[in-house]
Amino acid sequence: MTSMPVISNVTCPVCGSLCDDIELVVEKNVITKVKNACGVGESKFLGYSTHRPLKPLIRKNGELVETSLTEAVKKSAEILANSTYPILYGWSNTSCEAIRVGVELAEEVGGVIDNTSTVCHGPSVLSIQDIGFSTCTLGQVRHRADLVIYWGSNPWSAHPRHIERYTNFTEGRFRSSTWNRYISTLGAYRTRQRMQRAAKLAGEIGQMPVPESTASEKNEHLPPALLQKQRKMIVVDVRRTRTADIADYFLQVEPNKDYELLQALRALIRNEELDVDAVAGVPIEILEDLVDVMISSEFGVLFFGVGLTMSAGKLRNIDAALSLTRDLNQFTKFLIMPMRGHYNVTGANIVSTWQTGYPYAVDISHGYPRYNPGETSVTDILTRGEADAALIVASDPVAHFPKGAVENLVKNPLIVIDPETTATSLMADVVFPSAISGIEVEGTAYRMDMVPLPLKKVVKPSKDILSDQQILQRILREVRRLKKEEREA
Amino acid sequence: MPKLKVSLLTGRTIRQGQGKEYGKLSERYWKSVAVCEIDPEDMKYLGVKDNQSVKITTDYGSVVVRAVKSLRTPHRGAVFVPYGPWASVIVNPETHGTGMPSFKGIEAIVEPASDEQVLHLQELLRQHYKKE
Repeated sequence: MTSMPVISNVTCPVCGSLCDDIELVVEKNVITKVKNACGVGESKFLGYSTHRPLKPLIRKNGELVETSLTEAVKKSAEILANSTYPILYGWSNTSCEAIRVGVELAEEVGGVIDNTSTVCHGPSVLSIQDIGFSTCTLGQVRHRADLVIYWGSNPWSAHPRHIERYTNFTEGRFRSSTWNRYISTLGAYRTRQRMQRAAKLAGEIGQMPVPESTASEKNEHLPPALLQKQRKMIVVDVRRTRTADIADYFLQVEPNKDYELLQALRALIRNEELDVDAVAGVPIEILEDLVDVMISSEFGVLFFGVGLTMSAGKLRNIDAALSLTRDLNQFTKFLIMPMRGHYNVTGANIVSTWQTGYPYAVDISHGYPRYNPGETSVTDILTRGEADAALIVASDPVAHFPKGAVENLVKNPLIVIDPETTATSLMADVVFPSAISGIEVEGTAYRMDMVPLPLKKVVKPSKDILSDQQILQRILREVRRLKKEEREA
Repeated sequence: MPKLKVSLLTGRTIRQGQGKEYGKLSERYWKSVAVCEIDPEDMKYLGVKDNQSVKITTDYGSVVVRAVKSLRTPHRGAVFVPYGPWASVIVNPETHGTGMPSFKGIEAIVEPASDEQVLHLQELLRQHYKKE
């Protein structure tokens, strides 16, 4: 029997966790089996070939029609060279090598280059620049952290293997996995639910009173087990998520009140008294207990998601979270890390920083880089209607930007480089289908803790399909040719 | 017709992730994204059952999506719509000078719209963003 051709240690090009232990079975240039990936990763590896255009498209008489690569490159270069304030946006779902060419192109056309962190962890970047942050790599968390807090973040949905690879469900060198504890808690919870249902049914037929809630729900203190010397997980969110189900404790904060809660914790850490019964819907007794749990931990880590960056307060929420971590370091070791979304959004920040000095929202229209998010960030530029053309690479702003911004994006000439058909590519004037980084093209990506990892090429792309980097290089070359012609004319 | 004032939250779900990776034109993506998770008590108040259409209106626009019963309760007065083109037409574009629009905690009104269809991606784009 011949063994299946297995490719191991593949890096998954989906989320910022960048799991690099994926195993793929590839037969006749097709991925047939995926091992170790989460549901989203598996969906990408198995479904990458669906809904893909195989030829460049160009809009003629209102319809997108197939065209040649040369024609598409020529048209794109004309659009970019003739515009006065183009935006070059996306970049988080491609390799650092492609992003580097993107920055070069932005310099050449004098536009604004921005990446998806502008609508993700942009406020976190701003706040980190203001305050600084004590962070570490995920390996440190895996081996040492005994208290893990997910705040405004739902890794079960957005980073499905984060808990299993880096935090509570992983067997670290100095910390044990809490998987078995979770399984027994889950069993107890299911039994309790069954008993409640039975009691309710019995209550309905008038035999037994219905229990209103469980003891722990009524109790205005944290479970004492949280103070024991063992690994634990706390989730703070505005609604109960699947991650909250896994956690040892779930703290529900009222929407848009994270800032108050974070600052209340800072006050309590300094032993100040708060003259209120509750903050953001959480009783003070619970907050006092939470502060005890934080201070008594040996190595705490706060992972925060876009629940903090997208709600009221935005960067100020992150200010408070970073300051809380800093304050806690007077008592114990406490670290903080943003849960970066796309697999190479961190790489987009890093490449942009080493090339221009700034991590996102970089305006090169004056001939030198300027950085002022709020002014030079793409959503603001679009909402104000200032851009006159756009190049979107590996991103779908039509699906994810607010309506006003999208209206102004699609009314101007729009070029899209993306392996898949997206809402943005449907509205574009020129569409380049590209090879998928991490599946059909190799490259480099940065994990959320800023560790660079190699992306593998596991299958060959279709004939004539180029990588994002190659397409950008061709457009850049054509733009330079046009500009030279203009100068010489 | 009953109306409910809510706080609108948008975000990721694992099904949204799977749907977008499978293909944005797929039925799977549409089913995972053009939905609104509502607390069962709020659904009772609105007289809406699972899979019936509801209309969500904010200061910035309105959209019709499929109501689904939230599994993790209680969170009365808060509804959840996964990221996607349907959520995007009703979110708050105000960035407060940070570059970041307000995607969470937006004041909204939810009402039953059982006689209205949930648009598919291309219809939604046609309705909201005409390309000339």
